Amino acid sequence: MLDFLRRIASLCRKELLAIFKDPANRVILIVPSLVESFLFGYAATYDLTNVPYALLDQSGGIHAAELVARLDGSGVFHRAATLRTQKEIADVIDAGKALVVVQIGQRFEQQLNEGGMAPVQLILDARNSNTAGSAAAYIGGIIEGYNATLQSGAAPPLPQITVESRAWYNPNLETRWNLLPGLIASLSMIQTLMLSALSVARERENGTFDQLLVTPFSPMEVMIGKAIPSIMIGLTQSTIVMMVALFWFRIPMAGSLVTLYTGLTLFTVASVGLGLSISAVSANMQQAMLYTFMLIMPLILLSGLATPVRNMPEFLQIATLINPLRFAIDLVQRVYLEGVGLLTVIHDLIPLLIISAITLPLAAWLFRHRLL
Amino acid sequence: MNKSDSKLDGRPGSKPDDKSNGALSLPKPPGNPPESASRKREGGAGGSRGTGGPGGLAGFWPRLASLTRKEIRQLLRDPGSLAIGIGLPLVLILIFGFGLSLDVRNAPVAVVLEDPSPMAVDVIAGLELSPYISPVVVISMHDTERLMLERKVDAIVRVPSDFSRNLAAGDARLQVLVHGTEASRALIIRSYLNLALSQWTQRQAERGRMAEPAAAAASRTGMVVPVERMWFNAANTSTWYLVPGLIVLIMTLVGAFLTAMVMAREWERGTLEALFVSPVRPNEILLAKIIPYFLMGMLGLGMCLVAAQFLFEVPMYGSLLILLGSSMLYLLVALGIGLLISSVTRNQFLASQVALLSSFMPALMLSGFMFDLRNVPVVIQWIGKALPATYFMELIRTLYLAGNVWPLIFKNCAILATYAISLLALARLVTRKRLD
Repeated sequence: MLDFLRRIASLCRKELLAIFKDPANRVILIVPSLVESFLFGYAATYDLTNVPYALLDQSGGIHAAELVARLDGSGVFHRAATLRTQKEIADVIDAGKALVVVQIGQRFEQQLNEGGMAPVQLILDARNSNTAGSAAAYIGGIIEGYNATLQSGAAPPLPQITVESRAWYNPNLETRWNLLPGLIASLSMIQTLMLSALSVARERENGTFDQLLVTPFSPMEVMIGKAIPSIMIGLTQSTIVMMVALFWFRIPMAGSLVTLYTGLTLFTVASVGLGLSISAVSANMQQAMLYTFMLIMPLILLSGLATPVRNMPEFLQIATLINPLRFAIDLVQRVYLEGVGLLTVIHDLIPLLIISAITLPLAAWLFRHRLL
Repeated sequence: MNKSDSKLDGRPGSKPDDKSNGALSLPKPPGNPPESASRKREGGAGGSRGTGGPGGLAGFWPRLASLTRKEIRQLLRDPGSLAIGIGLPLVLILIFGFGLSLDVRNAPVAVVLEDPSPMAVDVIAGLELSPYISPVVVISMHDTERLMLERKVDAIVRVPSDFSRNLAAGDARLQVLVHGTEASRALIIRSYLNLALSQWTQRQAERGRMAEPAAAAASRTGMVVPVERMWFNAANTSTWYLVPGLIVLIMTLVGAFLTAMVMAREWERGTLEALFVSPVRPNEILLAKIIPYFLMGMLGLGMCLVAAQFLFEVPMYGSLLILLGSSMLYLLVALGIGLLISSVTRNQFLASQVALLSSFMPALMLSGFMFDLRNVPVVIQWIGKALPATYFMELIRTLYLAGNVWPLIFKNCAILATYAISLLALARLVTRKRLD
């Protein structure tokens, strides 16, 4: 047993040396995850912060001015243009100068004073339908607030409903809060997959893999010796991203580190198993790289990182059940943001266990299989 | 294997051309029998056309033709490259078209009705009408919280027991709790809920107005009603903006990522140096490398266009010709990036990582493909505006959904052309320097 451990330790040392001797590798293992977590932390947002709008006020009345003042004062909308005629609407929208044109009709004042419904037209540039929808909802909220003020002055007050909304686990509903925990799993997966896929392929290309197989190590030992360094590096990268989330973006962690790392370790083992299996079936580095890349794209896209799994059609939701990243992202988000314990995320842990239990022996078998 | 073959037979035909006029190459006996016979004929033809001109130019076309043929063969015989160039675009089209959606439909929402009065039920009825929400009425708040913890529901609407009493008094409160872990989804659900609930006030105002005598109605202030019109995407589906954007991603994939990797492999293995010592010029090597990947990129574009048209039925309002033209421009930009990366790194692994980080990831994250650049911090906006992909993305979405907006077309095409020329020139410069 001790002998076994010593052999594994020396294999790991050899593997780590091989990885870190290459200066390019040293850079590529640290810098990308740092850069990406900063970049995505800032860039990946569906929250509206700065929406250019154009105003076409044909009424020129006091109510219209009040409503526009509220829009200007929202901090989200800023006026990019003030239009005079209806014809100009197409120009500002087409050229992308304004995301939304607010058109207040000539009879606006009159309709309001008569106690009727006074329509305000919102013409939205829905080339990005997501932003357009959010902007419309935001303006709707502003108008709602204005209506409430209008009504409160009315003679017999109309009944009012105040909706108090609160969001659990993410009080300001910031996209960043669910993206960065997701990145803890996905950024490290990209690198661990690539690293473990290349590890055997590189040796095979250099011809050193056969040398390794003629040593007294069993294929299982070779595989464990290859897996452990990749797992270590994967966990290090997860830690880097987590540090950025925790200390730079100051996203509070609700769960325990032990739970988080238990889940992450299991996930990293599963992805290393996947990487080593790729490695075992590919003849050279380029093939390993191509296969990995082919795999990474669907894994990330169908993981719930960019768009929620529940928005996907049924058959794709079923397809995501073999995606380790899908479970890992769910697990990290729940532990990080919701603070749940291991038992609550057991439905994420079991699939990860199953994936590891299939891919790792498969990789070991494939090593031996290649040799014969 | 075929690489060395074609290199060998590429040389005898073009070598003599380089030293002297092509006419002289005709009498020279061909070294290798059948393979080089055709090559020699081509060399001769090129030479006779160029007699009197500078010797180098004379063999340009035949050399380019045979080099290109070599590259195309090399591409076609490499299953990995084919998988990235054709297989992955197909997968991406299907995933983006069917799988990725930011649209919320039928989100499960629990309604805790602690006040079962008719008035409260009337308020809640507004939720049933919304296509985006499917409400489930629950009695106890405790059970509902468990549903929310298990993520069985996305939100809770709580009608407190004193709701109708307060409403009669003029001011009632409703509580909305949303599950915030998936922030974008939560935001959308929250705004739909707010909208559906607030509509009750409007309905009530209308009813009241009808019942009231005209004089009383006149004394009341009316309500402002927003009327939304979604231009360019009336159906308000994200497929319409994701699928055109996919063209950008696929071109980046083939142009930058695949080219960088394949070229870097040639540097790494030294096969490119072997080409350099042959009489072919760096220009010809680069051109011959560009042509097959250019064709492959255009194939990817074709797949996207067909899928957008027939599978996802995204309308196209702009001109197809402009779309094709600008796509070619962008493909040249991407190829320039790919060639540049490979010449600088000269290492497969490094090249693939750099290409991924500097071209594909930014095209996905920073070009406005998924996240609107208007909402990001200024520094990120600058980075986004420095990327050629951003301009192509804007252009292609406009062409698809808005039509031919000439100022935008001219501006973005000019920017893309500038990028294409400078990147390709830079790639050429780097390649020559390394040659000497």
